Amino acid sequence: MKHSPARAALAPWILLAPFLTVFVVFTLYPAASSLWLSTRQTFGPGVSVPVGGSNYSNLFHDPSFWKALRNTVVFTLGSVLIQLPLSLLLAIILNRPDIRARTFFRVVLFSPVLVGVVFVAMLFSVLFGKRTGLVNQLLHASTGWDLDFPWLDTYVMPALIVATLWQYVGFNMIYFLAALQNVPKELEEASRMDTAAVWSRFRHVTLPAIMPVGTFVVLLSIIGSFQLFELPYILMNGTGGPEDRGLTLVMYLYQTGFQTGDLGFAAAIGWVMALVLIACAAAQRLISRKAEAA
Amino acid sequence: MNPRQSRAMSMAPMLLCHALLSAAALLVLLPFAWLAFATIRSGPDFFTSTFLPSGDGLFGIAWDRLTLENYRNLFVTAGFGRSLLSSLFLASVTALLATLVCAMAGYALARLEFKGRGFVAALVLAALVIPPPLLVASGFRLLFDLNLLDSFAGLIIPAMGPVFGVFLFRQAVVSGVPRELLEAARSDGCGEIRAFFRIVLPLVQPMTAAFLLITFLGVWNNYLTPQIVLQSEEKFPLAVMIAQLKNVYYQDYGLLMAGTLVSIVPVAGLFLFLQRDFVAGLTSGAIKG
Repeated sequence: MKHSPARAALAPWILLAPFLTVFVVFTLYPAASSLWLSTRQTFGPGVSVPVGGSNYSNLFHDPSFWKALRNTVVFTLGSVLIQLPLSLLLAIILNRPDIRARTFFRVVLFSPVLVGVVFVAMLFSVLFGKRTGLVNQLLHASTGWDLDFPWLDTYVMPALIVATLWQYVGFNMIYFLAALQNVPKELEEASRMDTAAVWSRFRHVTLPAIMPVGTFVVLLSIIGSFQLFELPYILMNGTGGPEDRGLTLVMYLYQTGFQTGDLGFAAAIGWVMALVLIACAAAQRLISRKAEAA
Repeated sequence: MNPRQSRAMSMAPMLLCHALLSAAALLVLLPFAWLAFATIRSGPDFFTSTFLPSGDGLFGIAWDRLTLENYRNLFVTAGFGRSLLSSLFLASVTALLATLVCAMAGYALARLEFKGRGFVAALVLAALVIPPPLLVASGFRLLFDLNLLDSFAGLIIPAMGPVFGVFLFRQAVVSGVPRELLEAARSDGCGEIRAFFRIVLPLVQPMTAAFLLITFLGVWNNYLTPQIVLQSEEKFPLAVMIAQLKNVYYQDYGLLMAGTLVSIVPVAGLFLFLQRDFVAGLTSGAIKG
């Protein structure tokens, strides 16, 4: 059977049509219209009045916004600086040729990422309890830690970082493990290497080889951390916690847009977030391009 | 140093590494184990014991106080079964549709020559940086205007064409579908659409499996979107329902933990089944991209 050239020319568009329709209507259009929406004050989804740039200027004078931004940045730094080195360490250990049961460890360490954040939050809302919570009990048994340590009142941010560490440490390990396959194989015997040699090898051989994936994982972590919402929202029963210690940007967006009903203000928060994340993505590209050129 | 000592020296780091990995694995597994035991305790036992209640039974454990009451309450009183069905429906329908839509678009962008291909490909790449929270407020307004609020369609249709999926499938086609094969098929008179189903789909099968699972997981675990779009409780998927139950049965920890366990198990089973493909698909974006 022969196909006419006209039909062949149409084929790409037939294959693309479902995607393009959904993409234009539900991604491009809302992305563009959110810019317009951010210049209006709305009262629910149907009613709105133009307010110009005042959503943005109000945002910059809004202590809750700054609190949310600060918390989000602290959480992001905590995730990147504590979690990623641990992920890398686990990957390096797991990559040793003499490790037994490698698949078992990989699957186990990876498994928490399958659990949705909401369900992680449900689990940790009990695990972080005073006295009866598993976290305090474990720490108490091993270090004599205070059984009444108030994770969910005073130490919300460490609690969020610990729960996220549990959930994502193995996920990021998988990326590092893949990256370590680019590292030239070790020639010397492990037994002959002292600490200084191990460190120097890590700095001069391992680190440069995993850099491209490394910057990508940092970017993914920043993007993911910036969107933190469910964990604090469920852990603190839909509030920002005492003194808004657990209020994040997306939580604030949700509160203003869907509890107060001002979608315009929420859209402005969304744009500030998007600009921060786009700047991070641009920085990552720049860094990895430079590394490639060097 | 005698040979025995030097062998012991070289064993030491290996043993230390196994000890560290085992400790990490234990810390990861402990909350799961705790969760499983928490669902079969109820009443005061929930708080007085960490794993199993102590008593006069074998090994000093009160076996007779273990109960399935939490699960009964979960399904009979709290109506969790309906949410389980909603989640299954939403996750599988969205996963199937999104995979098909993304595979078709990824193939067209990877291997077909047409005017505007560069533009569409650039648009897809650029859209990768749009963070979902940017679309929350305006997307809600759009669904309101389209009269899609409080419907499954309002959740499924917008999730059918994730740019991330098009990007992954384009990569998979570029590296997995040889041009010569498609040219041979064309010269035999095979149309592009038939070639997609007969040649391309079987060749990108690992990515298909990975992407089905990624999408299924994403929908199953998503909270923010269904929380915003759905209003009637009988439509709530598990993630929204469990948060709702936390507000209603806030003192019934056994019930809440049973609900959490029920929400986790199907996904874990599916993953163990597709584990290898899933991890391969996940990392391919980072390594080749």
